[in-house]
Amino acid sequence: MRENLHRFFRAARGAGVHVSPAESIDAMRAVAQVGISDRAVLRDALLLTLAKSQDEKLALGDCFDLFFSQPEPRQDQTEANSGENAAQDPDQSPSSGSASEAGESQPPEGLGPLAQMLLSQDRNAVAAAIAGASGAASLSDIRYSTQRGIFSSRILDAMGLQRLRDDLDALTATNPALAERLRAALDALREAVRDTVSQGLALYAREEAENLRNEILRNAPLARIERRQVAEMRVLIRQIARRLRERYSKPRKRQRRGHLDVRRTLRRNAAWGGIPFLTAWKRKHRDRPKIVALCDVSGSVAQVSDFFLLLIHSLHEVVDDVRSFAFSSHMIEVSEILEKKSPEEAMAEIMSKVGFGSSDYGSSLVDFEKDFMSTLTPRTTVIVLGDARSNNLDPRADILRRISERSKRLVWLNPEGRLAWGFGDSEMPRYATFCTVVRQCATAQQLERAVSDIVATYQ
Amino acid sequence: MADQKASTSIEAVQSGLAAQGYIASRQIATAVYLSQQIEKPILVEGPAGVGKTELAKAIAAWRGMKMIRLQCYEGLDEAKALYEWKYAKQLLYTQILKDKLGEVLGGAQTLDAALDQLHDFGDVFFSKEFVEPRPLLQALEQPGGCVLLIDEIDKSDAEFESLLLEILSDFQVTIPELGTVSAITPPTVILTSNSERDLGDALKRRCLHLHIGFPEQRLEERIVESRVPGISQALRRQMVGFIHEIRSLDLKKLPSVSETIDWARVLVLLQATELDTEMVKDTLNVLLKYEADIEAASPQVTTFIAKAARSNVFG
Repeated sequence: MRENLHRFFRAARGAGVHVSPAESIDAMRAVAQVGISDRAVLRDALLLTLAKSQDEKLALGDCFDLFFSQPEPRQDQTEANSGENAAQDPDQSPSSGSASEAGESQPPEGLGPLAQMLLSQDRNAVAAAIAGASGAASLSDIRYSTQRGIFSSRILDAMGLQRLRDDLDALTATNPALAERLRAALDALREAVRDTVSQGLALYAREEAENLRNEILRNAPLARIERRQVAEMRVLIRQIARRLRERYSKPRKRQRRGHLDVRRTLRRNAAWGGIPFLTAWKRKHRDRPKIVALCDVSGSVAQVSDFFLLLIHSLHEVVDDVRSFAFSSHMIEVSEILEKKSPEEAMAEIMSKVGFGSSDYGSSLVDFEKDFMSTLTPRTTVIVLGDARSNNLDPRADILRRISERSKRLVWLNPEGRLAWGFGDSEMPRYATFCTVVRQCATAQQLERAVSDIVATYQ
Repeated sequence: MADQKASTSIEAVQSGLAAQGYIASRQIATAVYLSQQIEKPILVEGPAGVGKTELAKAIAAWRGMKMIRLQCYEGLDEAKALYEWKYAKQLLYTQILKDKLGEVLGGAQTLDAALDQLHDFGDVFFSKEFVEPRPLLQALEQPGGCVLLIDEIDKSDAEFESLLLEILSDFQVTIPELGTVSAITPPTVILTSNSERDLGDALKRRCLHLHIGFPEQRLEERIVESRVPGISQALRRQMVGFIHEIRSLDLKKLPSVSETIDWARVLVLLQATELDTEMVKDTLNVLLKYEADIEAASPQVTTFIAKAARSNVFG
């Protein structure tokens, strides 16, 4: 059982639950207390000791079900196959009895252990042998789906496939009928092993595969991701938002350091004749970020803006106040749409209102100055997200200068690479003069860094 | 053998808590049983009002132990949670010492000799006499053990968590001037959290993690039965069914068990025999705490009552 529990811990790690040695010790102690006879109680005990959040509980619960259901499909498989091949009566309940009869009627002499096992149709023995061989082939080390073949053959080798082949060759000459049965049994065995490996992959390699996929996704250019990846990307963006929230939502210690507040200290210690037993400190006030985001939603940048807005608007705990504006040829405020609707609906509505136009930065900035200039305070960070390609229309960089003067910082995020800035109709160099920071922002990773830096300046 | 014992013990926990009016699901009972057996604190998470705090009270009442409660809030620190020096008493002591100084140092001729004699008094200042125990220290000093409830740990600062680590894993605290104070009897520790922020891994690792969600319909009926005995069975079924329908809505704050109980009390007070649309609409403010939620739910009331009544027939 201990061996099984250890494998379960590995499987749990595969499912993304972090199981430290200390936790596995606790789980062992808990299992020793509740015993293993009642599966529901065992499940509860493991969930209590190993999982540390509701998400982990769900993942671990699935993992538990998958792990302890493992032997069953395999048994059914061999049972079904052997039943079919040996053409026995369909009622399999006295299977051990009929198997021994079959074994007696055709004594397989001089065969290897594996062949004997297969012919005697002892499915428990086969299942145990597969489990033993997967241990020997260290199936729990499987990481990628491409490794399935090699692990299957390793398990089969460990079970003595070579000997079985020799037996098969010998039998084909001497006893063709038996050879036929053995061959069918071997096919069934292969299938069972393949299932075991697939199960192992599902159990032990999930996290690795997910990490790899996320890593690729993080570095993929947002503007060109495929439709089917959009949902995954949203999940990733949500993770990023959570990380940023955790990092920045709690006031840090620095707030507490300051100068002695003499007045409050004296008052607080009046009871001790003014001897300062308790000190009171002046606190430093820190602003929470106020953000005004101007997002280009014309065709080329729309996707990036979408993810950016999703990220910014999920930072409630960190950011005091976000106002978002979207533009292509003219500008509208979209904060309310984003707050009220689901991300998909909100984006669709924004696009139907201002999207799909050819971008005109000049007139959009004019719109902003006319209607929304009052939203800027000296504490505001203005973030402009766009490629600064204004179709050779007047860029109105003077308005951007005024925006920059009225706000704390002006950050420009450009999905295009640095090399493209200033070529063609790109007005980036002109705008860049008035920006505090200009940075490239094309992938989820760059997006995270950019937003993280913006929030960090307030800490 | 051990297995047999475990499952009966878990049932014993369940019935023990039930005697105190707390209907526990099997998960909760398992957690309570395990926490006793392997001496680990339980971290209870879940939405507000599902009985996280009640659990601690029920355990204390069941085991006949004192319950010590520490309510967490932002800015809670060592001095309020663990111990504090009795400054006023120390001050008084210095005054007395000043008067007696002459007597004490009477025999000393040189400064060195006087200092030597004073040294014997120095330690008295930071002795047990002058320690004001706060909830955590109190919990360790209970001779018969106790239930220590650390409520809403997510409201406290991250630094406070680190302070708890020692007490949670070893049931002891270290006071620099005094040394280590170990628990006489390890207390049963329950921490509750509303998941307002993520707790540190170090804290989570030291606890059994128990999530209490909204209960299933049957369980909730039993809870109402034990808490509001005056309510008829038909009405109880209907109202719990109705609340389960409400929980399927997308609301700001879903009604939880405490709201169910309140509502049951209200219905008993109004002498209702079954739910009708008018009365439900009038008492909806007991269940829902936001105006927007009430607005969202009111149009559905009639359908929900019908649904709840239908499920009664089949259930």
